[in-house]
Amino acid sequence: MKHLISISDLTKAQAVKLLDDASELSSVNEREVKKLPALRGKTVVNLFFENSTRTRISFEVAAKRLSADVINFSAQTSSLSKGESLKDTAQTLEALGAHAIVVRHPYSGAAHALAHRGWISSSIINAGDGSHEHPTQALLDALTLRQAFGLNADLSGLNVLIVGDILHSRVARSNVLLLNLLGAKVTVAGPTTLMPNGIEKLGATISHNFDEALEQKPDAVMMLRVQKERMQGSFFPSEREYAKNWALSSERFRRLSSSTRILHPGPMNRGFEIASEAADSNQSLVLKQVANGVSVRMAVLYATLAGEEN
Amino acid sequence: MSTILSNVTLANGKSADIEIEKGVVTQIGSLGKGIDCSGLIALPGFVDLHTHLRQPGFEASETVLSGSRSAAAGGYTAVLAMANTMPVADSAGVVEQVMQLGLEAGYCQVQPIGAVTKGLVGEELAALGSMANSRAQVRVFSDDGNCVHDPLLMQRALQYVKSFDGVIAQHAQEPKLTQGAQMNDGALATELGLKGWPAVAEEAIIARDALLAEQTGSRLHICHLTTAGAVDVVRWAKNRGIAITAEVTPHHLMLTEESVRGYNPIYKVNPPLRTKEDTLALREALLDGTIDVLGTDHAPHSAEKKDCEWEAAAFGMVALEHAASVLQDVIIGGGGDWELFAKVISSRAAKIARLQGQGALAVGEPANLTLIDPAAKRVIESKTQSKSENNPFAGMELPGKVIHTIYRGEFTVREGALRA
Repeated sequence: MKHLISISDLTKAQAVKLLDDASELSSVNEREVKKLPALRGKTVVNLFFENSTRTRISFEVAAKRLSADVINFSAQTSSLSKGESLKDTAQTLEALGAHAIVVRHPYSGAAHALAHRGWISSSIINAGDGSHEHPTQALLDALTLRQAFGLNADLSGLNVLIVGDILHSRVARSNVLLLNLLGAKVTVAGPTTLMPNGIEKLGATISHNFDEALEQKPDAVMMLRVQKERMQGSFFPSEREYAKNWALSSERFRRLSSSTRILHPGPMNRGFEIASEAADSNQSLVLKQVANGVSVRMAVLYATLAGEEN
Repeated sequence: MSTILSNVTLANGKSADIEIEKGVVTQIGSLGKGIDCSGLIALPGFVDLHTHLRQPGFEASETVLSGSRSAAAGGYTAVLAMANTMPVADSAGVVEQVMQLGLEAGYCQVQPIGAVTKGLVGEELAALGSMANSRAQVRVFSDDGNCVHDPLLMQRALQYVKSFDGVIAQHAQEPKLTQGAQMNDGALATELGLKGWPAVAEEAIIARDALLAEQTGSRLHICHLTTAGAVDVVRWAKNRGIAITAEVTPHHLMLTEESVRGYNPIYKVNPPLRTKEDTLALREALLDGTIDVLGTDHAPHSAEKKDCEWEAAAFGMVALEHAASVLQDVIIGGGGDWELFAKVISSRAAKIARLQGQGALAVGEPANLTLIDPAAKRVIESKTQSKSENNPFAGMELPGKVIHTIYRGEFTVREGALRA
């Protein structure tokens, strides 16, 4: 595996292998000396065109635990700032010795362009592109579900409900694709204005009523972050109305079966899309997601930089 | 001294010889030996209602000279140059300059299109009357690239140009429904995470403007139709007797949104590539006359405008040198005849634009004609006479080849070679 751009580039076997590797690598995180020499001499660049401290730090920790050298590069979007083009930035980083570029970019397809347009030959890992995909997030969510439900290969038989702003969410897209690939059933729920055209074709059942969707007793509920800037876009009448219909409130949380697990990609808007009672409960997997993020990113860096095909 | 084109096949299927003298077609009939044109179809010189020549202002992408050379190579003897230059063609001075550059280039008639609104910003009317009365005699007005979305301004523009028999060529795109739009709206846009450009944003404007054209009794032309629904709206408006005409581009007839999958900006165009069903509806509409003309929407861009991320890339693709081949595939391949082909690529466009001396191959008319070899097959190349190479058709095999283009009695293309 040279790049990781989209979940749709993965076979089921490849996805399961990444989860297996991540499980194995997670043992490093429990050691006193949290370091493996696997990527010694390799240089990983975190190229972030959007602020995302969590994802960047997660990749940084992952790369360092594998003994890679890490360079963090924050940049502005080319066309907006009239600065250097993405192509020139990438070629510069490669000339400086980058073996892998972890890229976060506001434009959908930016990671694909770096991987496939012939600009550079480094490995490219998509850390989120526009509203397209965020594949390592989906992998860490899958690993978290696999552990929580005591599964050891795929996610067959699990029912997962994803709730919120599906329209703008790269996390939702990657999760719909990966959960399907791993045999889980996916329902997406949210206001009709935040439901993208044709999402069912990616493998999701659509619900427009959170309470009805909860009555189907999903094994896991994944709450998405509602971006503040979307709240002004008239996608829904008010924050209050959104919260009433789509928040995992204390009241909704108490109605959940005690076996239902709760996920959130973070950062959470506590008291808006998720109540603290739900986020801090023992049904919440939020901190496990963060910890698994490092393991999954170690597995992805290892597969792209030291995998068999390289 | 006269030139005789021997043994051409006319659009009606009959063989004839054509005599040209002093820039005029003087005889069509059995005239004896001349330039052997056996197997070639003689058509009125092609007329493009929708060309971006980029001059003044964007000479790195195209100039009037390079664009009109590309036009001649594609069989065109007249192009209508869109107004979105820098400065915008919204005054008599700019349109006269563009016309003058065309005369100096000498490869085809370059007829400027005037902007509908000042600076194309959709707030106040451009100098419509001055442009109409200028040496350029502008009759087609368009804010192409932008939609004249304000209904009051559109109504006034339609009313205003009526006095000099002008036409408003509308780029039908409701701006709010297409904010940030990157590709056709639908499941693929969702999968790729690109903001969708919904069909309704085109169709709603066409429906509104058809009703405004009816109310004002003015002429309305719809640029680059792309959806099956838009075809239905135009068909309805024509049945109602509204003075509406419609255009389709080569790319919307042949390419679909599936091309966007690899995020290669060569396929980025506005309005966007649509679905297979849409292309079929557009083809049918061309054959049944609902769509009147082929407009190339030739939109050259220098390499750096396309060698970037999809969302940062410019919209548009070059088209002048493969347009006729695409049309041959669609019309002749679709069961139509060469008379329809001639209407779609020449005579109707000349009539919509009120161009004199274009769009007719007849005795007494200026000798603007194009001879093509319909049996030829050729692989489209990215390097053409245009300064730009943003061509999604590059590498595709298409039928037909321009052998001679004759502009005012002179060969601009002879034996397939462009005049130096």
